[in-house]
Amino acid sequence: MTAELALLLAQDGVANGAIYVLAALGIVLVFLVTRVVFVPFGDLIAYASLTLAALQEGRRPGIVWLVLLLAGLALLFELAGRQRKWGRALLAYGVLPCLPVAAAFLLAGRALPPLVEMALTIGLILPIAPLLYRIAFRPIADASVLVLLIVAVVLHFAISGIALMVFGPEGARPRLLTTASFEIGGLFFPGQMLLMLAASALATLLLALFFGFTLSGKALRATAVNRVGARLVGIRPGAAGATAFLLASALAAASGILIGPVTTLFYDSGFVIGLKAFVGAIIGGLVSYPGAVLGALFVGLLESFTAFWNSALKEVVVFAVLVPVLILRSALQRHGAEEEPEEDGL
Amino acid sequence: MTALLQADDVHVAYGRIEAVRGVSLSLQAGQIVTVIGPNGAGKTTLLAALMGLLPARGRIAYDGADLAGLDVEARVERGLCLVPERRELFTEMSVADNLVLGAYAHRRDRAGLRARLDEVYGLFPRLAERRGQSAGTLSGGERQMLALGRALMGRPRLLLLDEPSLGLAPLIVREIFRIITGLRATGVSILLVEQNARAALESADYGYVLETGQIGLHGPAGALLGDPRLSALYLGGETG
Ligand SMILES: Nc1ncnc2c1ncn2[C@@H]1O[C@H](COP(=O)(O)OP(=O)(O)OP(=O)(O)O)[C@@H](O)[C@H]1O
Ligand SMILES: [Mg+2]
Repeated sequence: MTAELALLLAQDGVANGAIYVLAALGIVLVFLVTRVVFVPFGDLIAYASLTLAALQEGRRPGIVWLVLLLAGLALLFELAGRQRKWGRALLAYGVLPCLPVAAAFLLAGRALPPLVEMALTIGLILPIAPLLYRIAFRPIADASVLVLLIVAVVLHFAISGIALMVFGPEGARPRLLTTASFEIGGLFFPGQMLLMLAASALATLLLALFFGFTLSGKALRATAVNRVGARLVGIRPGAAGATAFLLASALAAASGILIGPVTTLFYDSGFVIGLKAFVGAIIGGLVSYPGAVLGALFVGLLESFTAFWNSALKEVVVFAVLVPVLILRSALQRHGAEEEPEEDGL
Repeated sequence: MTALLQADDVHVAYGRIEAVRGVSLSLQAGQIVTVIGPNGAGKTTLLAALMGLLPARGRIAYDGADLAGLDVEARVERGLCLVPERRELFTEMSVADNLVLGAYAHRRDRAGLRARLDEVYGLFPRLAERRGQSAGTLSGGERQMLALGRALMGRPRLLLLDEPSLGLAPLIVREIFRIITGLRATGVSILLVEQNARAALESADYGYVLETGQIGLHGPAGALLGDPRLSALYLGGETG
């Protein structure tokens, strides 16, 4: 392999890795705060891409039905669950998710500026993860990691079924956000690739600032470190969980908007993207943000290099690498008990 | 005068086993009340129930209102703060972040936060020196100070303390008790759970003795200190 070719493959790998970084950050964030391995994360990436494509083609995106369905279910749960604070429940689960849906009904079919299309896409994806959290995870927040994982897998299949109905089986590919390209030192950089890298770096930076310097960010970290301690200072685990899932939605929407134009996505192609990001997160330890970033980049590179040797094997290698990595990790790990966030109820 | 805290016939069970069996106690505003008792008596369980961490039967009234139906966070917002037996610090975060989060229930009062932080640093100069250090690297005594400081950041009206002297050297124990009695002067009432019976009774106004989930003796702290039944059991050779 020539150095030039290696550079090219590395470039491609880093660009893919940038998307896995966003997804891995979302997965780690949700896991740390709620102990949920959020399997449907990847699905949201595909939905974002399909939604953007639909808006660009002047169609009303099918996602609106998913949002309405989830909002309706969450509202039912709220009303059945408690008597107080109906107003807030109605606002959070009834009104807020319906705003982007209403906008989609009004605007779909018209020629929209690209920024409006993207904003609308993000608006439509944003409510999904928090609604799923409210419906499926918050009621069993104290269950074991394994039970939460099983529920997440079931949830993935359930919403995949709905997605097939509302999106249809056809794939879609939104337009490139930019067709500009640059040549730097003999290497050719498409604008879209630079956008992916920049967005990924920006999201990572914003997340770091959020966790390091804002009280809400610190409250999320506190919940991740010690749930009982967090409750004792007045941080509600439910609210922290909802925030974590909201951030995950935002990361998924950004990933979908960025990756869509370079890969045709179908209603069910998000799963594998999410799974690879998950592999990256696990390589990074699943409890560390910098680890997730490095792990995700590694997966992107690995994928791009194996695809060059044998494209049929690229998925196999990415998942197979998990085995030696896990063996290595457990061999290196002397403080296994600390890896899992606090689990006991008191 | 109504009591700040009034518990009547409180029962707490772990599955089918009752760890607290019909406990009644009361605490007037401005008082330090202590609950002493041997290992496994149900002291920690009782505090968890008062805080809302465990479901309980019976009536718990705070500031004249029934606490039933209020979750832990709502109780914290009303000035009920617990320093738990296991401290439950945010070990991977800095001392300063732990304290700032202690005031989470009052997060809208930004100006008050600064003043409160300075007060706590004044009370525990050691914490001020280590404000940038991660809580997990603190010594046992420093952790105890941080746990107490974090609870104080929540502006408690009633502070529930679970064995603040646990595992600490005598010199630090004395310092902690000095701070606890000093808190009363600032208007904080305290429910103090201790195994260190002598030290607890010496700083308290009133005491309850909890044994296998039930209150045995109770009375003014001074009287309990002189009670022969108690000295035989708990005050024996202990010097505190
Ligand atoms: N999570 C639990 N599940 C079952 N039983 C428990 C649990 N926690 C405590 N117990 C039991 O309840 C009883 C009271 O325990 P608790 O921790 O309240 O005692 P304590 O008075 O605080 O003791 P110590 O002085 O050792 O802290 C004990 O018999 C204990 O074994
Ligand atoms: Mg105890």
